[in-house]
Amino acid sequence: MSPDTTMTATAPAAQAAPRKNTPGAAGGPRPRTGRIRRIGLPYLLLLPALLLELLVHLVPMVIGIVMSFKELTQFHIRDWGTAPWAGLDNYAVSVDFDAPVGRALLHSFGVTLAFTLLSVGLCWLIGTAAAVFMQDTFRGRGLLRALFLVPYALPVYAAVITWVFMFQHDNGLVNHVLHDQLGITDKPSFWLIGDNSFIALLTVSVWKGWPFAFLIVMAGLQNIPRELYEAAALDGAGMLQQVRRITLPSLRPVNQVLVLVLFLWTFNDFNTPYVLFGRTAPEAADLISVHIYQASFVTWNFGTGSAMSVLLLLFLLVVTGVYLALTSRGRRTAP
Amino acid sequence: MRSIRAAATGAVMLSLALAASACGGGSSTGGGSNDSPKELTYWASNQGASIEIDKKVLQPELDKFEKQTGIKVKLEVVPWSDLLNRILTATTSGQGPDVLNIGNTWSASLQATGALLPWDAKTFDAIGGKDRFVDSALGSTGAEGQDPAAVPLYSMAYALYYNKQMFADAGIDGPPATWDELVAAGKKLTKDGKWGIGMEGSNPSENVHHAFVFAEQHGADFFTADGRADFANEGAVTAVKQYVDLMAKDKIIAPGNAEYAQNQSVSDFAKGRTGMLLWQSASANLTSQGMSEDAYGIAPVPVRSGSPGPGKQVNSMVAGINLAVFKNTDNLDGATEFVKFMTSDTEQKILNTAYGSIPPVKAAQQDTAFNSPANAVLKDTLATSAAALPQVPEESQFETAVGTAVKNLFADAAAGREVTTASVKAALTKAQQQMPTK
Repeated sequence: MSPDTTMTATAPAAQAAPRKNTPGAAGGPRPRTGRIRRIGLPYLLLLPALLLELLVHLVPMVIGIVMSFKELTQFHIRDWGTAPWAGLDNYAVSVDFDAPVGRALLHSFGVTLAFTLLSVGLCWLIGTAAAVFMQDTFRGRGLLRALFLVPYALPVYAAVITWVFMFQHDNGLVNHVLHDQLGITDKPSFWLIGDNSFIALLTVSVWKGWPFAFLIVMAGLQNIPRELYEAAALDGAGMLQQVRRITLPSLRPVNQVLVLVLFLWTFNDFNTPYVLFGRTAPEAADLISVHIYQASFVTWNFGTGSAMSVLLLLFLLVVTGVYLALTSRGRRTAP
Repeated sequence: MRSIRAAATGAVMLSLALAASACGGGSSTGGGSNDSPKELTYWASNQGASIEIDKKVLQPELDKFEKQTGIKVKLEVVPWSDLLNRILTATTSGQGPDVLNIGNTWSASLQATGALLPWDAKTFDAIGGKDRFVDSALGSTGAEGQDPAAVPLYSMAYALYYNKQMFADAGIDGPPATWDELVAAGKKLTKDGKWGIGMEGSNPSENVHHAFVFAEQHGADFFTADGRADFANEGAVTAVKQYVDLMAKDKIIAPGNAEYAQNQSVSDFAKGRTGMLLWQSASANLTSQGMSEDAYGIAPVPVRSGSPGPGKQVNSMVAGINLAVFKNTDNLDGATEFVKFMTSDTEQKILNTAYGSIPPVKAAQQDTAFNSPANAVLKDTLATSAAALPQVPEESQFETAVGTAVKNLFADAAAGREVTTASVKAALTKAQQQMPTK
């Protein structure tokens, strides 16, 4: 990834190239040194970022990958050097879907995938709808916009803890409204344990995620020229047709990034399920991040946990790669 | 330009993906030293009703220690939800406290990591010898045949707490001594929005403690003699079913308890919403919740028949806190000195009185302060009818696996689904499959 980052940063530097030589160099250096300096400077400026990138991302990742090839159980965690190499054993255990560990991982993967697709879909839908409706000016629009962004601005922990209180069986607000006031359910439901936990998780995730979609789409909408709508209206296009023929196609580049970001965030989300359910999530809401956490921390087997992390990483890389390939091809063929 | 932007987007996306799934750490080796002889870091477990209360209890004692030895102790009270993870992180990184409290059931698991200083005869002599401590407490300090990984600090036992007024109102003569009597009493108490007994269905540790005691009463163990997991044997299945049936079949536990994990059952009991509570050393906690000591009685946890004792008459685990020295300490002598101080007769009396626990030190236990009726029950239980949880390296995994299985069974019961022998057996089998294979 670092060469890519370099590329973006070189772009402005290259534009600045035609300017005169750096001032202060009395008499002017020889042209060659000047060129080296000009070319070298961007890299020098990048160096701190590159080092930090290595330190924060790459080194831990490499350690994680090394760990996945070790038998890093409780007997060896104090001194990793003594942990025997496990070869591909940790991976074999993780993907052996006939055995309990692999089956549980597969189940967790399925739950996560379903959860992610639903959550991203709903976040996008609600976010886009809200952004489109908020496009016209009306009294109180600013206030509503600010209000919509609150879930996104709140600290995750505080927000999810509040949801935990609301989802409680005995004194929770959700049951109070659904059962006591509206009488929709025969008896108070459990939201934090059992099968309903999936719905609870999805609700919180969408509540937390849609304002981001709203924000991004709203920004994207600012770039669509008003004349397009006016022309379409003159041609007799209704609201729905305008959305379908003008808004959505114009938002395409924005949506491509938005959906990918939402997908990755949701798929990897750890805080929401962890705060909602604690260390052991109910099976119906056993998201893969918590599952891996449990495989490492609760069973003290960091080797298998790392192997699962690496598998997750590979999966997300493939998804991201395929997605980018598909969408950029689409972009090239687009007018 | 477009492709550059696409590449940049890709790069950002990739780093997001990588950042989110990366996992890392560092390792370190080496034993203890005496590089910083004037300072100690101490991680205390949360024993009082709140972390603030713990600080108030402990700080004066630490000041006393500093006066005596010139060693400054930096105190951190770690909540239970974090403690084991913190210890694990400290173990993997080698960056931890000098002295720390551990749940005594984790002793063997942590012992296996080699992170804690083994207490051989010589180290024990430095704090006055092994025979100063009660045997049952020493039985929960690590695997048999190895030097203990820690020293007993506070001892606790389960007891049955019951609301005297509610018992009188329901016409129940005295505390139940057998489970049949408990269920009968529970049924009488369960009415008008009040319930027979409370428990913490979503707290894996709590579940395991009860599952263990019930299993002992059925003559069953969760580990074979050679230390292999054996969760789904007949006795264990019967035991877990009997426990979950208090909610599923006998209906003397409110279904809402299935999601309790923050000691809500203690406040339910203190507020008179439930008539009974199975808890370890609850007195101090109940007092801080505003329940006066006259309002409740304390009795031994019921057995199947007869009276509590060893073997099938076991009615509590050996609960408690051990004090351990982190092997990587940079103040080995100071740490030993601190353990000596904390387990001295005087400090044992002060601390165990403050926390409502029983001193595991014989001499301190003789003190009249520990002769109240409540403490008499706990002392008796510890002396005659408490058994230590399995002292095997996989104990901590066992707590999570079986505790979670029971949690899921309670979730079934709460949702009105039937809990059968088959479903209990399936849950326990699944728990066993999660255990590391040897």
